Amino acid sequence: MSEIPHLLVHEKADNVGVVVVEGLKAGTDMLCCITHDNSTFRLTAKHDVPIGHKIALVDLKDGDTAMKYGEDIGKIIADIGQGEHLHTHNCKTKRW
Amino acid sequence: MASKYSNITFHGYRRENGRVGVRNHVLILPVDDISNAACEAVANNIKGTLAIPHAYGRLQFGEDLELHFRTIIGTGANPNVHSVVVIGIEPGWTKRIADGIRETGKPVAEFSIEQKGDLETIRAASWAAKEFVHQASEIQREECSIKELWVSTKCGESDTTTGLGSCPTVGNMYDKLLPEGITGFFGETSEITGAEHICQKRAINEEVGERWYAMWKSYQDDVIFAHQTDDLSDSQPTKGNIEGGLTTIEEKALGNLEKIGRTSQYIDILEPAEPPKSGDGLYFMDSSSAAAECVTLMAAGGAVIHTFPTGQGNVVGNPIVPVIKITANPRTVRTMGEHVDVDVSGILRRDQTIDEAGDALIEMIRRTANGRNTAAEALGHREFSMTKLYRSA
Repeated sequence: MSEIPHLLVHEKADNVGVVVVEGLKAGTDMLCCITHDNSTFRLTAKHDVPIGHKIALVDLKDGDTAMKYGEDIGKIIADIGQGEHLHTHNCKTKRW
Repeated sequence: MASKYSNITFHGYRRENGRVGVRNHVLILPVDDISNAACEAVANNIKGTLAIPHAYGRLQFGEDLELHFRTIIGTGANPNVHSVVVIGIEPGWTKRIADGIRETGKPVAEFSIEQKGDLETIRAASWAAKEFVHQASEIQREECSIKELWVSTKCGESDTTTGLGSCPTVGNMYDKLLPEGITGFFGETSEITGAEHICQKRAINEEVGERWYAMWKSYQDDVIFAHQTDDLSDSQPTKGNIEGGLTTIEEKALGNLEKIGRTSQYIDILEPAEPPKSGDGLYFMDSSSAAAECVTLMAAGGAVIHTFPTGQGNVVGNPIVPVIKITANPRTVRTMGEHVDVDVSGILRRDQTIDEAGDALIEMIRRTANGRNTAAEALGHREFSMTKLYRSA
């Protein structure tokens, strides 16, 4: 694709994506790509998010499950709005 | 069926036992920590030799002692090693290690320090080391098939880009080369947690999968839950992983498992540092997820090349096995480029496919097998870290 994506998502079932550019600023109209089938969509970033960190694709509530690779990667422990930064402050392992 | 990978060859060192190495080291190998000084003195005397100092080898017992012997013997036996001078404080364990390495048929000389002292030991061992260097330097590389390579993998300083780019690159390589008959290793027992249901299903059959699950479960129960003092949130994932955007062990494990690709299946499970016995194919080695420990164990199991995906930039190397670094993180390429052998950051820009990245890694494996020094070799990374199961007597 000619435009470089800002956010990559592994699978259609995922509710998080990964920022793959440096210096992403709040308000950016992100090009998002689902790597499984190369389909794309747009989403506005609500926070400045570092490269490699995740952004919620939909509104998530305390108690929800974060999905990536089409799999359960942990529990949401604080409400997160669509386009916001998702990390250890609002998501936690279910294992230990 | 022949593929475009079937005819890949490289020039390697064929050893007495038929295995093929890609390096030609003369090792000066201590049995125990207190023989490090003598080994380093010999390596200083005789150019072209390599001492591997380490921290252990005294008062160990039981399974921990067996792992010590297996690791030291396996390191000496590795086909990247031409010959070995073994030095220990006393003759008993020194002989046991020397004899273990001798089973490969390679030249081995053993020396013990008690009743002689360091200086006399260093003198005698230096003469033996000098002779081995003469022999090793006359060995010629010969053409070998790609299928004779034993290739291991373990990732480090992972982040979300490893699961998107560098780990699937290794997986693509295994999907292409395992059918050609290479032998592969993966492991990192603690780092499969969260993806164990997927890993169990990647066994060649149900019996192997059940044995794998029992191994993983016993690690969880006997090590993690027996010793944890907190919820491990700062250890697995590590601080570096979290800085790189990984939030949970489940997320890290799913990225980690990308290293075995889409179609590869493991055929057996190995103890730490245990050599494969079931023929060509992929093996799971029960191993630490710490980079240097894991690479050391896989090298002792017989791997001659290690493929190492990294996100945030782990700099690990190994004394005897070239470690090929692969990263998809453009910031790591920019800030730590001297550590990167294969840059697959194009995957994140969507201008490189996983298939193309896998081919680029295979080409780097071929060049490395032919003798290209890796970034870790050029930078002098020789981390040799033995796994210790419990405290010594």
